[in-house]
Amino acid sequence: MDWTTILITTVKASIGLETVVYALAAIGINIQFGYAGLLNFGQAAFLGVAAYGMAVTVATFHLPFWLGIVIGLAATVVLAFLLGIPTLRLRADYLAIVTIAAAEIVRLVFRSVKFSSVFGGSDGRQNFSGDFFAMNPYSPGTYGIGPISFNERVTWVLTVGWVLIAIACGLVYLLMKSPWGRVLKAIREDEDAVRSLGKNVFSYKMQALVLGGVVGCLGGFLFALGQASVQPDLFSTEFTFYAYTIVILGGAARVFSPVVGAAIFWVLLVFVGNTLSEAVSAGLLPSLFTVNNIGAVRFMLVGLGLMLLLIFRPQGIFGDKREIALDAR
Amino acid sequence: MHADTTPSRKAAALAAFAGLDREPGVPKPDPILVVDKVVRRFGGLTAVNVDHVEIQRGSITALIGPNGAGKTTFFNQLTGFDSADEGSWTFNGKQLKGVPAHRVARAGMVRTFQLTKALSKLTVMENMRLGAQNQRGENFFRALIPGSWRGQEDEITERAEELLERFKLDAKRDDFAGSLSGGQRKLLEMARALMVGPELVMLDEPMAGVNPALTQSLLGHVKDLREEGMTVLFVEHDMDMVRDISDWVVVMAQGAVIAEGPPDTIMSDSRVIDAYLGAHHDAPMSAEEFEEQLQEAEAELEAGIEEKA
Repeated sequence: MDWTTILITTVKASIGLETVVYALAAIGINIQFGYAGLLNFGQAAFLGVAAYGMAVTVATFHLPFWLGIVIGLAATVVLAFLLGIPTLRLRADYLAIVTIAAAEIVRLVFRSVKFSSVFGGSDGRQNFSGDFFAMNPYSPGTYGIGPISFNERVTWVLTVGWVLIAIACGLVYLLMKSPWGRVLKAIREDEDAVRSLGKNVFSYKMQALVLGGVVGCLGGFLFALGQASVQPDLFSTEFTFYAYTIVILGGAARVFSPVVGAAIFWVLLVFVGNTLSEAVSAGLLPSLFTVNNIGAVRFMLVGLGLMLLLIFRPQGIFGDKREIALDAR
Repeated sequence: MHADTTPSRKAAALAAFAGLDREPGVPKPDPILVVDKVVRRFGGLTAVNVDHVEIQRGSITALIGPNGAGKTTFFNQLTGFDSADEGSWTFNGKQLKGVPAHRVARAGMVRTFQLTKALSKLTVMENMRLGAQNQRGENFFRALIPGSWRGQEDEITERAEELLERFKLDAKRDDFAGSLSGGQRKLLEMARALMVGPELVMLDEPMAGVNPALTQSLLGHVKDLREEGMTVLFVEHDMDMVRDISDWVVVMAQGAVIAEGPPDTIMSDSRVIDAYLGAHHDAPMSAEEFEEQLQEAEAELEAGIEEKA
């Protein structure tokens, strides 16, 4: 058992690319679900259209990188309106149904043979991150403390990522302390009451959906740039469910909970995964466990951990126990 | 000062109703709300079919009727929470048909709900602040600059504190609204509606689920609304309350307004008794009917005797 390697990869996972991407997606979901009570089960699609919007602009049409970012953002906003206009006037569950279906439609369009000349089919798109890395201020080398270090490309992606997370958290903090955030939280509690007090509920729900989508789509850009490639299956529904897990793990409607939740989620996954694979190669586990099935066992164990957390701390890590108690009344 | 205005406002409201006809849809001297031919159907069921009704400004009007009379549906339509199939209504002369609920509230017609809608995970104070209108900080971009809304927020808080004190909720200021008792939630909902600054307050069963100790204080608050120049329209089942606080009563049955009148005499109106207890339940027999029944009974008796013989 190589505990040093396990420890190093685990610590790196706490600030790594996956954590950044999932944290941004989860901040978006926290705005929509945690504060406004909107069940957006299609967050993966918001990241997908942003990532593809940028990648296709640059790789397929050979247009500038920044135009790609603008198109990615615009695509996200358009998607939010397309999903929101028909469903936000209806009961909450309709948005959930429509978004989960829309996310699958978006993914299947991206991987379809018909449009492979544009989206690249199941291989996706590459060769679009050149301009981004050309802006890299870090000279070649490794950056970090001792063994916990990254090369200059990863360092650049993570720097941008954590700055975006900081900005997103600052935004959420300011908004949720303001009267705007108060209306959002009130809508989560009871729409009709808010309507009876003269607030345009539809407009606020739309603003929350767009804002959550846009924050999430930043994660989509980073996902694509960090891997220097986009593939349709990165944006499957399980992506959305992991992001929801992260929000609930951290505690819904708390500013930093998605960030801490994302870090814990990935630390758990990486730690359990690496420990299991080290244990298997060292022959410490019964022959039932092989290199091929420990991936599934890893998710089982993490799932068990999350279940225990929700049983013993249902409000999440940052949640307020008093709020959960109110639901029981 | 409070004591002087009390009788005058009530007297003014009562004077406005003096000598009015008891017919449904009777015109009032100064109506704030005028409803014409409002119809709402759910499939084959006509839930509301109100021909004409006027609500007098500055009065407390009760809307009563047996279960299923369509009172709440009618309320929902007037306040924009449900759409009417036909008809029109004006509030302060402004056409309100098809106007969404939030605009109705902004126009000055604010309602409460039969099942209280306290926003549980917001504190009592946040509930109150939410009611204030034209808040700069409710705009997305202004919300990001706290300096642009802080001043207004302080004014709102001050107004909210006064109201909370009046409704005896000031001790609960920082508690979650979800931790309040049923009666306190009713009080909070009423206080929150007042934060909107309404002209017409629509209360849907304000006494439902309130313990008797709080009833008196709630009644007092409703009367205070009139003293402050507001108009109140409320749905209620508790006839004692209706008799105690209302200046005028509108009775609905099977979707239609069947009678109107002052509270002390309305319950003796035959149309109202019919609506609550069914028609002819205790109608006195006329002399002819009595004769007829007597003869029938005699005939039966004779027939029985003949058979035996």
